[in-house]
Amino acid sequence: MSLTTVPAPRAPFQEIAPPLSADQAAAEAARCLFCYDAPCIAACPTEIDIPRFIQRIATGDTVGAATTILSANILGGSCARVCPVEVLCEGSCVEKTLTKRPVTIGKLQRFATDYVLARNIDVLHAGAATGKSVGIIGAGPAGLGAAAELRKSGHAVTVYDERKWGGGLNTYAMAEYKQTAALALAEVEQVARLGAEFKQGVRVGRDVTLDDLLAKHALLFIGVGLGATSKLGVPGDAQARDALDWIEELKVAPEKVARLDGKRAVIVGGGNTAIDAVTQARRLGADATLVYRRGEAQMSAYRYEIDLARSMGCTLLFERAPVRVEAGALIVKGPLGEEKLAADLVIAAIGQQKRVEFLRGLPGVQVDEKGRLVVDAQTHRTHNPRLFAGGDCVNGGKEAVNAVAHGKKAARAMHAQLSADGVHSKNAQESK
Amino acid sequence: MSTAPNGLNTNDIDLSIDLGGIKSPNPFWLASAPPTNMGSMVQRAFDAGWGGAVWKTLGSPIINVSSRLSSIDYGTRRMLGLNNIELITDRPLEVNFKEIYETKKKYPKNAVIVSLMVENKRDIWHEIVKRTNDTGADGIELNFGCPHGMSERGMGAATGQVPEYCQMITEWVKEVASMPVLVKLTPNVTDINQPARAAKRAGADGLSLINTINSLMGVNLDTWAPTPTVNGRSSHGGYCGPAVKPIALHMLSSLARDSQVGLPISGIGGIETWRDAVEFLLLGATGLQVCTAVMHYGYRIIEDLVAGLSNYLREKNLTSVKQLVGRAVPKVDDWGNLDLRYDVKARVDHDKCIGCNLCHIACEDGAHQAITLDGPMVKLSNGTTRPGPNVIDKECVGCNLCSLVCPVQGCITMTRIDKATEELSWNERAKRGSDEEPRPGAIYERHH
Repeated sequence: MSLTTVPAPRAPFQEIAPPLSADQAAAEAARCLFCYDAPCIAACPTEIDIPRFIQRIATGDTVGAATTILSANILGGSCARVCPVEVLCEGSCVEKTLTKRPVTIGKLQRFATDYVLARNIDVLHAGAATGKSVGIIGAGPAGLGAAAELRKSGHAVTVYDERKWGGGLNTYAMAEYKQTAALALAEVEQVARLGAEFKQGVRVGRDVTLDDLLAKHALLFIGVGLGATSKLGVPGDAQARDALDWIEELKVAPEKVARLDGKRAVIVGGGNTAIDAVTQARRLGADATLVYRRGEAQMSAYRYEIDLARSMGCTLLFERAPVRVEAGALIVKGPLGEEKLAADLVIAAIGQQKRVEFLRGLPGVQVDEKGRLVVDAQTHRTHNPRLFAGGDCVNGGKEAVNAVAHGKKAARAMHAQLSADGVHSKNAQESK
Repeated sequence: MSTAPNGLNTNDIDLSIDLGGIKSPNPFWLASAPPTNMGSMVQRAFDAGWGGAVWKTLGSPIINVSSRLSSIDYGTRRMLGLNNIELITDRPLEVNFKEIYETKKKYPKNAVIVSLMVENKRDIWHEIVKRTNDTGADGIELNFGCPHGMSERGMGAATGQVPEYCQMITEWVKEVASMPVLVKLTPNVTDINQPARAAKRAGADGLSLINTINSLMGVNLDTWAPTPTVNGRSSHGGYCGPAVKPIALHMLSSLARDSQVGLPISGIGGIETWRDAVEFLLLGATGLQVCTAVMHYGYRIIEDLVAGLSNYLREKNLTSVKQLVGRAVPKVDDWGNLDLRYDVKARVDHDKCIGCNLCHIACEDGAHQAITLDGPMVKLSNGTTRPGPNVIDKECVGCNLCSLVCPVQGCITMTRIDKATEELSWNERAKRGSDEEPRPGAIYERHH
């Protein structure tokens, strides 16, 4: 393993992309052509009216810009930081065609959302109370997207979440240098101010039963995401850390994190979480290596993420599958046979397991062969008309923005159902 | 003797002009304004390459306010238009006259023109003109245009707006002036030709236009005070800069077409680049004056003006700037003489189209609903395609709007489709008593 010549960044959690100054925002906003039926909107899963919010920034109506963003995507602040804009909005910007330089939509979105989040300006408002109630399981991006939309329609919302804090992966799993847990929690707070009630530390099936919830709420939304990271499945894999656990530790208590200067960290996996882990290890001073069992072209991580890892001096090794974890080393098998990679820290980032057991336990639903909850694409309703679902437990694991879009879609369908159907009222037992 | 930045040798391009007897090595003069406030400034401008300078207007000493300028921006571009409430020179007359004398002596080849504005009394005008005669300057410019402050005292635009005053004062000046006299006109009139004809009748040697336009630049959204703000209040000012160019070009061409004027014109109003300069020349200006662009970027822009104009002349196989003067004037005509048979339609190059759909929405809501979004597929930057603009010829009136909003060079072109062999104007049609439909179907099919 070669030692890198690229120095590790001094501050391990320093933001990778600084916010735009007012002058930068004005200059970027002025570049937007204000397309009609803009390709960037079509590329955004939450369909934020991007040209409109950029025009509002350009005219100095930053609150109006944030309103446009947050009314379409309650997590507009975190999506501005963690969205793969290169393949979504900015990837389809007409300025990219014209000048090879798309408008920096993500950074402009951050400019506007930072403005209201920093000042606790509430741009969204709850609708008049309908007397109907919806329970949401999981306070991650899907649940928050559903909660905000339902509160805007005036339905009572209770969110049940097993973690200490809400926000799901947005709070616990985004590399801190990309997005802070504080921002994710500020967004949860935003939903709470809309009137959603959060019950943290409550696990459905342990602290409360599904029947309890079905009795209490007219409809339920399932946004439970995925489970723990899969084990490497090789001898000694108990010595490997779970990538999400490791990142969570850094985020929850960064002051307790020991630097890794002079240490060797080997991360196994080819997705964006693997990139997060290898770059974060590098930021902590480690000589950091990513090992992937297939080729670079097969990596599910985004191209710019792979480039980022390389630019930071991470080593990327391909066509090498883990064989066993030993004390101080990971043994892999590649084209040259078995190799011993010195490793003070081995991190597994080979994807999260599905919550199959929980999902199969839901009454009247269907779970597909890949362990995903089956929903109607338009309404996000499961085969049980009182259960809706979205996010990673439905799509198998995608971006936060996809989860928010699911929650929003489901909420609109739930609203339609609640508005049309007086039967599923607050006391749902009547309808049983 | 110069070589343009692109390597073209411009030695054989003659940029010199003679405007009503005032000779200048190139057509570019600084207009009477802050950039010509004093000798040291004018001399630095001549060193930079300016052909001439019209000195900041002389007259009875005044007092200026603090906070004098305000501008409008567009996007991130600053000073699309500028307005000022500054008055004429606030320096002693003797100092200005001394510096004019010294400057002319030091720069004999450059044109030095003295702008004047005094109380409308014959003896007062005679006195200041006589003192100007002694400076050795090349010409006098009568400031009949300043629209603010001085006009309230009966000077500037208050003179320029009354042709009789214009004529009378010009006659007084001509009685004693030993050098050519230019009359600078205000655009704040309904018919620019009237004061111009008055100046001609009085024996003026040339005209300068436009002076600044009456304006109120804006209001501060926090203080609700107009700008530029002088201790909480403001006053209307004079508007200039790139945004006023079309107004200047219209008035310039109007004078150039008027056989009762027939005077050389020093064109002013938003000239910032050589392209602007060429347009002024083509519409009848013999020379040019620049102010706002210099206030924005400095004297150094003269290098680009000279280089650009020289390269343009060379490209057009011309050898003298004089060959451009007035060449577009015959193409300015009354609406009634325009050809009603001429018919253009928008044509979209779908390979160049970037899919912004601005042509569609502009035509849909701002024109004639002639562009639908079901045309040939357009490639987006993320590799996908979607249907692009489709021009419905029977609805397209050839208004140009789509081609104006299109951000891509050469993507939308207005293409002539009529096969007319002879023109038919409104005037001609009326004269014949004809009810002929010049573009059959182009008008009457559109009643839905």
